[in-house]
Amino acid sequence: MKPIKTLSGPAAALPRANVDTDQIIPARFMSRSRTDGYGDQCFHDMRFDQDGAAKADFPLNALPEGPTVLVADDNFGCGSSREAAVYALLDYGVSAVIAPSFADIFRSNSGKNGLLTIALPPATVQALLAKLAEAPGTPAQVDLPAQRVTIGNEVFAFEIDPRLKHRLENGLDDLSATLQDADRIAAFEASYFGARPWIRPRKAG
Amino acid sequence: MSPHHTAPRTAIAKIWDRHRVLTQDGTDLLYIDRHYLHEGSHHAFARLRETGRELRHPELTFGVADHYAPSSPLRATETTATMIDRLKRNASDFGIDSFGIGDPRRGIVHVAMPEQGLTLPGVTVVCGDSHTATHGAFGAFAFGIGASEVAHVMATQTLWQKPVPVMRIRVTGRLPAGTTAKDLALAIIWKIGTGGATGHAVEYDGAAIAALSMEERMTLCNMTIEMGARSGFVPPDETTFDWLKGRPMAPAGDDWEAAVAEWRGLTADPGAVYDREVELDAAEVAPMVTWGTSPEQVAPVDGAIPADANGDSLGYMGLEAGAPITGITVDRAFIGSCTNGRLSDLKAAAAVLAGRSLAVPLLVSPGSDDVARQAEELGIADIFRAAGAEWGASGCSLCVGMNGDLVASGERCASTSNRNFRGRQGPGARTHLMSPQMVAAAAVTGRISDARALLAEETKA
Ligand code: SF4
Repeated sequence: MKPIKTLSGPAAALPRANVDTDQIIPARFMSRSRTDGYGDQCFHDMRFDQDGAAKADFPLNALPEGPTVLVADDNFGCGSSREAAVYALLDYGVSAVIAPSFADIFRSNSGKNGLLTIALPPATVQALLAKLAEAPGTPAQVDLPAQRVTIGNEVFAFEIDPRLKHRLENGLDDLSATLQDADRIAAFEASYFGARPWIRPRKAG
Repeated sequence: MSPHHTAPRTAIAKIWDRHRVLTQDGTDLLYIDRHYLHEGSHHAFARLRETGRELRHPELTFGVADHYAPSSPLRATETTATMIDRLKRNASDFGIDSFGIGDPRRGIVHVAMPEQGLTLPGVTVVCGDSHTATHGAFGAFAFGIGASEVAHVMATQTLWQKPVPVMRIRVTGRLPAGTTAKDLALAIIWKIGTGGATGHAVEYDGAAIAALSMEERMTLCNMTIEMGARSGFVPPDETTFDWLKGRPMAPAGDDWEAAVAEWRGLTADPGAVYDREVELDAAEVAPMVTWGTSPEQVAPVDGAIPADANGDSLGYMGLEAGAPITGITVDRAFIGSCTNGRLSDLKAAAAVLAGRSLAVPLLVSPGSDDVARQAEELGIADIFRAAGAEWGASGCSLCVGMNGDLVASGERCASTSNRNFRGRQGPGARTHLMSPQMVAAAAVTGRISDARALLAEETKA
C-alpha cells in the first residue's frame, strides 16, 4: 500500500443513500483478477446504458474520470462484503468518500486498501451534496495528518482511528505487523486448544 | 477496554474475551476458530501466492463451491466453470478440505457448514461473505470480512477488531400462524431501518426467539446484516445442542460432554449493559413484502406502499405510492438462498403448492445437496415438479445471479432471498423479498397474495 499524506483533485456528488456494493460493482463482474483493473466497472449499471453509452443523468458522468473525492448520502457501501467495491472505486480514481455513515465491512475493506472513508455530520453532507450538484468537479484537498478536508473554500475537520491513520500514513499492511507477533499467537493456541480439544473439527468417517 | 468487557458481561463479550490474543492501541487481535471460503476467495489466495505465504491452519479452514454453482447444466458457462475450478485448485494447493461439485456435503456456505457440524456455540467464525452472520444462530460470534482480512486470517488465524458495540433485540410473545422468521427479520428492519444496527453485534433474546427452531434462527441471524449489524447471536440452548449432536464434524463422546458444559454458560449475565436495546412483540408480526430497492422499503402484505415512498426506488420498481401490496403482479418466482433454502423452507412452500399449479415460472434451488436429497426422499421435490416448478441444483442461484440464473430487465420476481438491491438478480431486475410460503402463493396466483388465505382454503376444502 502506498503511504497517504495529502490528496487533491475534483470532488463530485452521488446524492443517494444506501449505495450498496452491488451498485458499486455488479456481481457479474466479480470473477476478474485484481491486476486486470476494475475502474471501467465502477457504478457500471448506473453509469452506462445497455449499449455501453454513458448515461447523461448519472451525476458522476459530468466528469471525464472518477472524482478524487466522492460525496454520498447515508449508509454508503452496504450489502455484500466484496472488497472489489473498494478496488473499483480506487481504480475509477476515487481516493476518499465522504458520507454521513458507512457500512461496517465496506469501511474496514477501505482502510485495508488505502481508500479514505470520511464521516461528516448529516447537515454538512447535505450542504455538500447540494453544492456539488451545482458545481461538479469543485477542487478538493484532503490533509490526512491534519485530519482536514477542503472542498472549494470550505474546510472540514474529520475523525479517524489513530491506528488506521498510522498505517495509512506509513503505507503499512496489517499482515506483516501481525506476523511479528507469531510467538504470542502460538502461545495463545497452546493454552486455548489445550483446554478445548473439541474446538478442532472432528475428522469425519 | 470497553465497558461491556467487565462483569456483568454480554454473551458476545464472553466469546470475545476468550479469543483475545493481544491488544494494541485499543484494538484486539482475535483468534479465529472457523474460516469458510467460497469461489470469491480468489483475491485472498492470489495475495498469499504473491507474498509466498502458507495457511497457518488449513484444518480450521473449509471451502465450498456455491456462488457460481450452476442450478442447471443448461445455464453453466465458461465463467462458472473457471471460478469453481479455481477454488478447487487453490484449495488443493493450500491443503484445504473444499466441497466441490458432486461432493454430497456441498451447498451454500451458510447452509452446508452448519450441516457438517462445523459451526459451534462459542466459536468465532469468519468468511468473505456478509451473510456469515447466519452462524450466530448457534451462539457463535460470526461475521463477514473482506479479501484483505481473508488473507490475514489465512496467514495468521487471527483478525484485528476494535471492541464492538453490542445491541440487544428482545422479541416477546409468539409469531402468529402463517408468519416466519423471515417476516420477523423484515419487521425488525421495518422498525429500525437498514442502518438501525450499524456496526453492532446483535444479541437476540426473549420468548419468541427461544421458541424458534434452529433453521428459523439461521434465517433471522442471516437477515441481521441487512439491519447494518456485523453479526447476530442467539443464546445456545437445548434446541441448538439437539440439532448439532451427531453431525459429522461436531464433537463426539467425552468431547461432546465437555463442549456442552461450556456452551451452557454462553448467555448474557443478568444486568449486562448493552449499547442499544430494542424490543418488539412477535404477535404483531404479519407476512412482510418489500416494495422497493432496500430491505427497509417493506410493508405487511395487507398494507400499502407508503404515500411518501422514495420516488427513485418506485421508479426503478415500476410501482406507485399508495398502491396496495396485495395484487402486485409478478413475472417469476425464486425459492432458495442461505436465508430460505433449508428443508423447513421448502416444506412450507410445498404446503401452499400442493394440489395447485403455477401461474408464473418458479425456480427452486435447495440450500444444499443434503437439503435436496431429503426433499427428494420426503416427496417434497415431487410437489414442486408437479406444480410445474424447475427443481434446480443447490447453490446461491438467483439470490445473486452469478451462476447463470438471471431475472430479465424489467421483470418482477417474488424471491425468498435477502437483498432487493437494484440489479441484484440481474440488470434491471425487480425483486420483492418475502417468506417461502408467500413466494409460493405469488407463484400460483401470479400476484402478491396472502399465503395465509390460500392455506385456509385448504382447511375448508
Ligand atoms: S445465497 Fe445469496 S446471500 Fe447467501 S451466500 Fe449466496 S449469494 Fe450470498
